Amino acid sequence: MSATVTDKVPPAGRRSRPAKPPRKSKAGKTLYGGKWTYLVLIAVTVFSLFPLVWTAIAASRNNTRLAQTPPPFWFGGNLFKNLEIAWTDANMGAALFNTTIVASISAAGTVLISTLAGFAFAKLRFRWKNFLLFFVIATMMVPPQLSVVPMYMLIAELSWTDQLQAVIFPFFVAAFGVFFMRQYLVQALPNELVEAARVDGASSVRVLWHVVFPAARPAMAVLGMLTFVQAWNDFFWPIIALTQNGNPTVQVALTGLGRGYIPDQSVIMAGALLGTLPLLIAFVVFGKQIVGGIMQGAIKG
Amino acid sequence: MVKQYETTAAPRGEGAAAPRAVQEPSAKELKSRAWRSRRYRWDMKFSPYALLSPFFLFFLAFGLFPLLYTGWASMHRVSLTAPNDMEWVGFRNFTRLLEDEFFWNALKNTVTIGLISTVPQLLMALGIAHLLNYRLRGSWFFRVAALTPYATSVAAATLVFVLLYGRDYGMINWGLGQIGIDNIDWKNGDWTSQLAVSSIVIWRWTGYNALIYLAAMQSIPNDLYESAAIDGASRWQQFFHVTLPSLRPTILFTCVVSTIGATQLFGEPLLFNDGASPTGGSDHQFQTLGLYLYEQGWVNLHLGRASAIAWTMFLILLVVAAVNWAIARRLRRSEGRAR
Repeated sequence: MSATVTDKVPPAGRRSRPAKPPRKSKAGKTLYGGKWTYLVLIAVTVFSLFPLVWTAIAASRNNTRLAQTPPPFWFGGNLFKNLEIAWTDANMGAALFNTTIVASISAAGTVLISTLAGFAFAKLRFRWKNFLLFFVIATMMVPPQLSVVPMYMLIAELSWTDQLQAVIFPFFVAAFGVFFMRQYLVQALPNELVEAARVDGASSVRVLWHVVFPAARPAMAVLGMLTFVQAWNDFFWPIIALTQNGNPTVQVALTGLGRGYIPDQSVIMAGALLGTLPLLIAFVVFGKQIVGGIMQGAIKG
Repeated sequence: MVKQYETTAAPRGEGAAAPRAVQEPSAKELKSRAWRSRRYRWDMKFSPYALLSPFFLFFLAFGLFPLLYTGWASMHRVSLTAPNDMEWVGFRNFTRLLEDEFFWNALKNTVTIGLISTVPQLLMALGIAHLLNYRLRGSWFFRVAALTPYATSVAAATLVFVLLYGRDYGMINWGLGQIGIDNIDWKNGDWTSQLAVSSIVIWRWTGYNALIYLAAMQSIPNDLYESAAIDGASRWQQFFHVTLPSLRPTILFTCVVSTIGATQLFGEPLLFNDGASPTGGSDHQFQTLGLYLYEQGWVNLHLGRASAIAWTMFLILLVVAAVNWAIARRLRRSEGRAR
């Protein structure tokens, strides 16, 4: 799986892989990184990873040890005990399960909706097209705060408070996804291919299934991963729509910990570790694809 | 991949657009052909709308309707406990807002934290991207490592930084103590708390922005560097005269995105506070507009006022976006003149 995705992620013509020819100017100045480049980058790496590593260190200690100076620099023996307390008492187990569901459905739905709309914007002709596209782009500017109050009233009306669909459906308003898929399909899907299928009498459903989806697959994978990360870390709306003791997502459960739900600092850190670990593992496995996806999205955006 | 299209795109069996034989078609066949062509025309005409409809349905329900309804609610007195009981108050929510010192305080904090988080973040991202753009051993390791903070959620990151910034036992004060600086009460100081909150934002987003800059740098054509090198430009001169000008659209893009993010800043200051209360510190010293909105709506139960704050935030964003755009245009024009 991962190998095939790797092959497809860089879009045609973009150099986004280390296999590119070295950037060596004809004037004879190689652009290899020097000693200082490595030093600074290692410092950046340490700066980026340290808080995460320290989360694990703190989670493996106990509350008394965290209230002493100097702070601990190495792992203690309480990790599994703290993880267990966080898993059950802080509701992190249920939260992880809920978040996995929410993030998966949000990602799948967003990808599907965005691919359909993105294809229409990229390759079909219809009335109001430019206006609607402009509209989609404009909605990316609207802050989530602007819709929180009515959405709260809406879910209260529908009795969706504390139900997972309350945080899934708003995610389907994926203006960025539509724009992203459109930008990708404009160049990745040749017009002739669509026209050829049309001439052969293929219906829209067939064109979608046999032409658009195969061509869009790399971008769909990237968009899916980005949406998954975003949904996993979504904060503002879930803490309004869900509660700590009902049906929390990871972020809601962690906010509960921040509110002093469990006063033990090492357990709080164990909770933070549990909430972050799945994404970190995904980053270790799919790191290249995610990095590639973000960089790709940047060029298009 | 291309091969795949060709085999899968070919219709199987029912590709009847071209007549197979010269025979007179039977009445039945004529009828079915007419039906097919009509179906084809409908398909062509309506399928774009069918494809767009899922997005726009969700957009109407969870995007446009809430947006407009927020405007409507901002003209009412609405309590969280009885959201259906609305009383028309006109612009009173807005005028109250402008008289509320906590609104101005929150606005000021949002701008300050926005500046001290965004400016260093984008500058550092630019520098890191420049370094990552060299040919490196393990470049993917550095890129993924720079992006890991982005994978960490606001909540998890803030909970860790709260401990790191602890007054008595925090790692940061311990480190400062080693070079002879007394313990700093990060949370309760005005600018120290804002600095601490900003540092969380910086930590989470610098790597992400660096990768965006890196992507833009890699799409700069090599010839530009080559001709600059032939003209005798040093690496630094190349950076300032080739890289930066080519990056201008990307820089503008990241500025806009970061500004939007900074205006909405919420999770970091919420969880940085004791008990995750939305006051933004004992003296509201790091209460942002997002927190102020949440406090008015979900602590003081005034949904109408919360709506008014939401619309005010949106207007501020529009102003900032317009300023951004004007600066970009000015820059582009001065660039044009320089050439």
